[in-house]
Amino acid sequence: MRNAFAQEITHLAWANDRVVLLMGDIGNRLFDEYKEAFGERFFNCGVGEANMVSVAAGIAASGFRPVCYTITPFMTARCYEQTRIDVCYHNVPVVIVGTGAGLSYASLGATHHSFDDIALMRVLPEMRVFCPGDAMEVRACLRLALEQEGPVYIRLGKKNEPVVHESPPELEVGQFFRVAEGENVCLLSCGNMLPEVMQVRERLQGEDISTEVMSCFSVKPLDEDCLARAFGRFDVVATIEEHSKIGGFGAAVAEWRADHPAGGAQLLRFGIGDAFFHQAGGQAYLRRLAGLDAPSMAGQILSKLAARA
Amino acid sequence: MVTGRTLNQTTDIETLERVAAETRLRVLEMSSRAKTAHLGGALSCIDILTALYGAVLRIDPEHPENSDRDRCILSKGHAISAMYACLAKWGFFPEAELVHYNAENSRLPEQPSPGCAPGIEWATGSLGHGLSVALGMALAGRMAGRSYNCYAVMSDGECEEGSIWEAAMMAAQRKVDRLVAIVDYNKLQATGRVNEIMAMDPLPDKWRAFGWHCQEVDGHDMGALVAALERARAFGEQPSVIVAHTVKGKGVSFMEDDNNWHYRSPTEEEVKTARIELGLADASLLSGGSSQQ
Ligand SMILES: Cc1ncc(C[n+]2csc(CCOP(=O)(O)OP(=O)(O)O)c2C)c(N)n1
Repeated sequence: MRNAFAQEITHLAWANDRVVLLMGDIGNRLFDEYKEAFGERFFNCGVGEANMVSVAAGIAASGFRPVCYTITPFMTARCYEQTRIDVCYHNVPVVIVGTGAGLSYASLGATHHSFDDIALMRVLPEMRVFCPGDAMEVRACLRLALEQEGPVYIRLGKKNEPVVHESPPELEVGQFFRVAEGENVCLLSCGNMLPEVMQVRERLQGEDISTEVMSCFSVKPLDEDCLARAFGRFDVVATIEEHSKIGGFGAAVAEWRADHPAGGAQLLRFGIGDAFFHQAGGQAYLRRLAGLDAPSMAGQILSKLAARA
Repeated sequence: MVTGRTLNQTTDIETLERVAAETRLRVLEMSSRAKTAHLGGALSCIDILTALYGAVLRIDPEHPENSDRDRCILSKGHAISAMYACLAKWGFFPEAELVHYNAENSRLPEQPSPGCAPGIEWATGSLGHGLSVALGMALAGRMAGRSYNCYAVMSDGECEEGSIWEAAMMAAQRKVDRLVAIVDYNKLQATGRVNEIMAMDPLPDKWRAFGWHCQEVDGHDMGALVAALERARAFGEQPSVIVAHTVKGKGVSFMEDDNNWHYRSPTEEEVKTARIELGLADASLLSGGSSQQ
């Protein structure tokens, strides 16, 4: 996703001479091409995230389209008040891009884990929250973000994840994207879980469970029509995210569900529990600990279906 | 009370230099096995850590939680492999355990978790926290009437964080003389040369302007480091900072001042070459465990 972001921002900077890139001393060589072409619209802000965000707000208030980029927790939590006041309260069009969603940097420990960022960003008034599912969605989300009149948060995974789409899909704000059709179970996939969710689908289809997959890149605003349809039509609706179950995408769906109780589908939420990981280990290992691997999610969905039958 | 030096401690400079070389070899092996990044910045701070643990800190590896111990935080947590290797060298845990660096469920994660291993005072890895935490520990020591010193080893890129200068102002205002900061000034950060990215220089003048006693040393001159650390400890009325001029990747010719080693890990062949350069051709290597990930 990282490389797709770097290529797309360069591409968009050619088309729009107001695009400005700010980053915080990460992504070695990632932006060489951008820097080469648009040196005067590139700011390496060093290891100083709070300053970066307020500078971006000032740039945005003065007519440019700044995009800020660094590692997710430093892009969200570290400079939260700057985002809240200078970006959101002043409602200026800053695009905030965090790289390393969820457990992408698993081995670097809690300082680099990011499973609270959706919660933090979603609660801010004016903020839109986009969680692309693969590199192609990253490109589409960035295009969309630069068309918005206010702040946008984009949550990237890491590099070289499996790609699900062949080309950038046509995305609309507030509309989930249907990746696969089905009838019994609806998997609402948030962000970088999409490749794993496709494996959950494969397992369920293998058990003759017809399974739909939606890539729910637009976490805020939610796709309310899609949710109304899903809860009316499927037996089980499952949200899947590499984020805390508190305050994330699944929580947003549960909030919506509480306000709109019609429809018989059972809601299942997959995410991370209310604890830091103290264990050393890679992303696949920590996902397994959190029950975010395809076998365990498919297993839980199957038991839920069996209990309903 | 931890009054004297630890059993291992020495002010014999040659001994310290040899231990530093051995620590470098361990760090190279760890990075090579575990395929971890941030090697250059680990190598640049090893002499600083060796001077601290070998000659200066009043801390007993047998009782690493003694409430009178000196506190040392490696604020540039991405370089924690240097701290683990150093702690092992000075007896906080067996050197053999270093093979488990970054292994699943190991107590030596790629970056430290709270109290993960003996001697680890703080979970670092997000830059710009260590100095403030060390300041808090020093203030607590003063309130409790204890006489331990607190040390924070920081990187130059880290000094771009505003929080560093918030701590600097408060420490000077409160005259926290038991706080010592050491900046591993290797002139490189993740994406380039520090002074091309930010106007860091003149760094010693900045600290002085913030009210600190500041010394500049060659951060690879063991004698100078030990002397500066001794002076910093004796300095009353002001917090003390040592700006240590260092070289990223120090000790291995093909890594020195080459920022690719912020990202790369060495092959076994490269470790062999480095071992000869370190004058440790006959030293035993870490063995056992799994080389993983
Ligand atoms: C708050 C924060 N922002 C960004 C990072 C990502 N990061 C890891 S190391 C590093 C910079 C490395 O340069 P420096 O701090 O000078 O360390 P050294 O060169 O000595 O390794 C950055 C930006 C981080 N760990 N913490």
